[in-house]
Amino acid sequence: MEYTLLILLLPLASFVLLGLLSNRLNHKTSGVVGTGVLLLVTLLSFYAAWNYFTTQKAGGVFQSLLPFNIPWLGMGPQLHIDLGILLDPISVMMLVVISTVSLMVHIYSLGYMKGEKGFQRYYAFLSLFTFSMMGLVLSTNIFQMYIFWELVGVSSYLLIGFYYTKPEAVAASKKAFIVTRFADMFFLIGILVLSYYTQTFDFGALTSGNTALFQQALSITFMGASALVWAMALIFIGAAGKSAMFPLHIWLPDAMEGPTPVSALIHAATMVVAGVYLVARLFPVYVVFTPEVLEGIAYVGAFTSMFAAVIAMVQTDIKRVLAFSTISQIGFMMVALGVSKFEGHGGLGYMASMFHLFTHAMFKALLFLGAGSVIHAVHSNEMSKMGGLRKHMPVTHWTFLIACLAIAGIPPFSGFFSKDEILAATYQYNTGLGIWMTFVAGLTAFYIFRLYFSIFWGKENRYEHHTPHESPRTMTFPLIFLAAVTLLGGFIPFGNFVTADRSEYTIHIDWLIAVISIVVAVEAIFIAGMRYQYPGRRLKKMPSLLQGFNRAAQHRFYVDEIYLFVTKKILFNGISRAFAWFDRHVVDGFINGLASVTGWVSVKIRGLQSGEIQWYAFVFLLGTLLITALFLFI
Amino acid sequence: MNFLSLFVLLPLLMILALFLARNRKQVLGIMVTGSTLLVVLSAYLAYLYTAARGNGATDPMLFTASLSWFKPLNIRYAVGVDGVSVVMLCLTSLIVFTGTFVSWKMAPLTKEFFLWYCLLATGVFGFFITIDLFAMFLFYETALIPMYLLIGVWGTGRKEYSAMKLTLMLMGSSMILLVGILGIYFSSGATSMNILDIVRTPIPLEQQYLFFTLTFFGFGVLGALFPFHSWSPDGHASAPTAVSMLHAGVLMKLGGYGCFRVAISLMPEAAAQLSPLFLVLTAIGVVYGAFAAIRQTDLKYINAYSSVSHCNLVLFAILMLTQTALTGAVLQMLSHGLITALFFALIGMIYGRTHTRLITEMGGLMKIMPFLGVSFVIAGLANIGVPGLSGFVAEMTIFVGAFENNGLLHRILTIAAVTSIVIGAVYILRTIGKFLYGPLQNPEHTKLGDARWYERLAVIMLIAGIVYLGSFPTGISDMINDSFGNLLQAVKN
Repeated sequence: MEYTLLILLLPLASFVLLGLLSNRLNHKTSGVVGTGVLLLVTLLSFYAAWNYFTTQKAGGVFQSLLPFNIPWLGMGPQLHIDLGILLDPISVMMLVVISTVSLMVHIYSLGYMKGEKGFQRYYAFLSLFTFSMMGLVLSTNIFQMYIFWELVGVSSYLLIGFYYTKPEAVAASKKAFIVTRFADMFFLIGILVLSYYTQTFDFGALTSGNTALFQQALSITFMGASALVWAMALIFIGAAGKSAMFPLHIWLPDAMEGPTPVSALIHAATMVVAGVYLVARLFPVYVVFTPEVLEGIAYVGAFTSMFAAVIAMVQTDIKRVLAFSTISQIGFMMVALGVSKFEGHGGLGYMASMFHLFTHAMFKALLFLGAGSVIHAVHSNEMSKMGGLRKHMPVTHWTFLIACLAIAGIPPFSGFFSKDEILAATYQYNTGLGIWMTFVAGLTAFYIFRLYFSIFWGKENRYEHHTPHESPRTMTFPLIFLAAVTLLGGFIPFGNFVTADRSEYTIHIDWLIAVISIVVAVEAIFIAGMRYQYPGRRLKKMPSLLQGFNRAAQHRFYVDEIYLFVTKKILFNGISRAFAWFDRHVVDGFINGLASVTGWVSVKIRGLQSGEIQWYAFVFLLGTLLITALFLFI
Repeated sequence: MNFLSLFVLLPLLMILALFLARNRKQVLGIMVTGSTLLVVLSAYLAYLYTAARGNGATDPMLFTASLSWFKPLNIRYAVGVDGVSVVMLCLTSLIVFTGTFVSWKMAPLTKEFFLWYCLLATGVFGFFITIDLFAMFLFYETALIPMYLLIGVWGTGRKEYSAMKLTLMLMGSSMILLVGILGIYFSSGATSMNILDIVRTPIPLEQQYLFFTLTFFGFGVLGALFPFHSWSPDGHASAPTAVSMLHAGVLMKLGGYGCFRVAISLMPEAAAQLSPLFLVLTAIGVVYGAFAAIRQTDLKYINAYSSVSHCNLVLFAILMLTQTALTGAVLQMLSHGLITALFFALIGMIYGRTHTRLITEMGGLMKIMPFLGVSFVIAGLANIGVPGLSGFVAEMTIFVGAFENNGLLHRILTIAAVTSIVIGAVYILRTIGKFLYGPLQNPEHTKLGDARWYERLAVIMLIAGIVYLGSFPTGISDMINDSFGNLLQAVKN
């Protein structure tokens, strides 16, 4: 399957071409080139998926395939970074997800970004991102993944800051890069620790279940935990940064400053799930050797999903609601991985997590693209500027509704199936966690329908510019396509393809859990409808305690402020200023002081060399007398 | 006569030709021809070297030659190269070449400027080809003295102060270095100052302690060893563009190169024992330089402090004494040489247009000068170690190599050094965000133009180097790595 190399090379070529020619191309050509290349990539990805899943099964287990692998950089006697392509069920699944969403975003952007300045640059960056993301999922070793991990970070930085004359966009791009960089630092240290003890970067070796490989890492302890636990925990911090887990989530809501299709692609469907993918990639290590880290992942995911869902309930910017929703949904995926076991029925969580990654990518991209369509029509992100749009934008309305039903977990939409599996897995693990996650699922249904009703129902706003109208065909086609996937995606027998131990797993719906979650979701939707469908009928005022909580949630529980305090006040104004001062005054002061002392001394002794003969004669005489005296007395 | 001597001969011939040049056109003609020849020569050398190694040449130094220079002290003009010197020669010729184009509009005293510039280049080239301690020292001094005049005459800002400070600090350290070099020679009992000879006659350990400290310190100051780096920000800030490029890009690498070629290769036992002391200093320097860069508002100071951080990382890696870390150190010298030269070139070009280097007085320049803006972003991304650009390759090799040394102190210091990848991102993105992005700050700036052809040429050459090293590091990395086999054998024993 060497042709999979084209999946990487085509977007790279497109990036180089569009990047170098940039302004020499007109908008249309660059859009067509970018989208055309992506279409090819998508076809290749689907062909690869079909090819892989139909042929690469031996003994009921999917085999890993390395169609391409070359050494890139040697590091010591055994370590070397390779660049290659690894095909296995999760990477192939990711190929399908990334190429589909990316293609839809490319097509959508033809309409959405029409006439924008820097259109060519936009498509160049999209190609760069697609290349990096594909490289990330196809990585054969952890260092290659780190390389592409950084590259998706850069593409994300460039795309968030696409409107670079807007100070908010610049600040947001900077924040996204630095926060994820901070997490990546831990990832890197984790890689260093792991590779030092195992002497390999290779995923194949790391995940083969070879106990001897980890012997040394397990036997050495530091501060009460083995080196392997440290390494895997540090790597998870990297994953948490990319996947916006609490407390490293702060960059994602701000990242919404980027163009909306970018948010759909990078900050909803693909890049932000890279953390989940990383944990899934190293899952055999986590589950066998460091179960305590895996447990931690489950709780981080559970807490984040609740935390973000609560915030999503009170945000007023529709993209921010979706951003927090994304954080919450990724929390679901993390929980599912955290509670999973490796083999057979125990591996439900892993399968569910990947399934949810797949369905979520589709319906969340749909939600974002729908939101983009709405923003395109009303020229605002604020919910209060919208209302009653269902009459003006029927396609957007219906597709958006499908996505809302999917995320709320109503059958037969795709989200229902994957979420139900996740809930079943958490109940299997721990009933308390199950109830917690069911509650979060309820909150999800509430906030998403609050959004839905506020945009499409309620009192119609007086629109200043013009009456909103449906978006052009290039924008509605992706919506319809993704809606179709959302409608049908749940029926994919996912267990046949992607499981923890790679052998087949038959999904059966646990109806008790399903019914409970459906009831909770319907109730939440009903409450949201009551509250937001007819804004005239405001509910009575909240009790003051709840009001305080509400305000805190609106301010995202002040996490940003804490960060701002640490970075601005302590690092920037404290340490950095102190260092700069120290350098100017102490380090330089010492040197300057040395220079002035030398100068002073030379001024003082300069008088001796005056050129007056009498003075010299006097000193000469004095010296002779002194020496004579010395000789006489000693 | 060995063909390596062409590296010294060519710049000397250029000096001679410049004396005879009558107008600016001729001066530029000489410079372009000469520096092009140097680039070709270094590329040819790299080719010859790889071919020789491919044919199984196993000597530590290739293309060696030796001429008696001063009999009584056994000083010889001895030349020879290994993988490290080859890549450094390539770097130097590339930067001399691009520096010529960056100084296209150099005035006044164009001819004199290039005269000193060529003399500086002679010193640097000579330093990298010689393997005789005294000849090395001589070339080192040859490179230092033109700096004083180049900064003092053609510089900007507090140029006299900076030139004086730079020269005095470096002279001071080279005095210490000279003591160290003589000490090595006399205590080793070797019959010449050729380092290949000295390696064969080990120096007693008690003397190693003293002379390691002296030589490492002597070269370290040139490599911006914390806390003796303060000549570098002022020096860079005041120097004319091409001189900043050559200085930060190559001259500071003389420090790192000398540290391992002399201090570590000749006295490996003392290096192993005394390295923790210097490691602490360099690790502080890495973090300190990065933090200090955050506060700066002058573009040149930002890059100068960034250089302090990166050059300390070079010394840090050298002191880790593992083969991978040493390879990383040389990669970092190359990478930082290219990146910092690109930065200084771009800063010079931007300053030439806006007449300010304060980022607080600029904003939104990306729209006005897209070529320079995009190039600056590329330089910035390379500086913070984005994969595909050279910084990543160098830093990662250093970190993996540093981790091979499993002392607890080494671990802690390595992790401290790793934090610089985050701090680096802060100051680079802050700078880019401030002066390139955002709304236009000074309406006067709309009239400014983008890069001219000679500026584009220089910038593209440097970017090509950065991308090549970052994307296809295999060959270069192996070439460097091979040169360390013998050295580390000695450290282990």
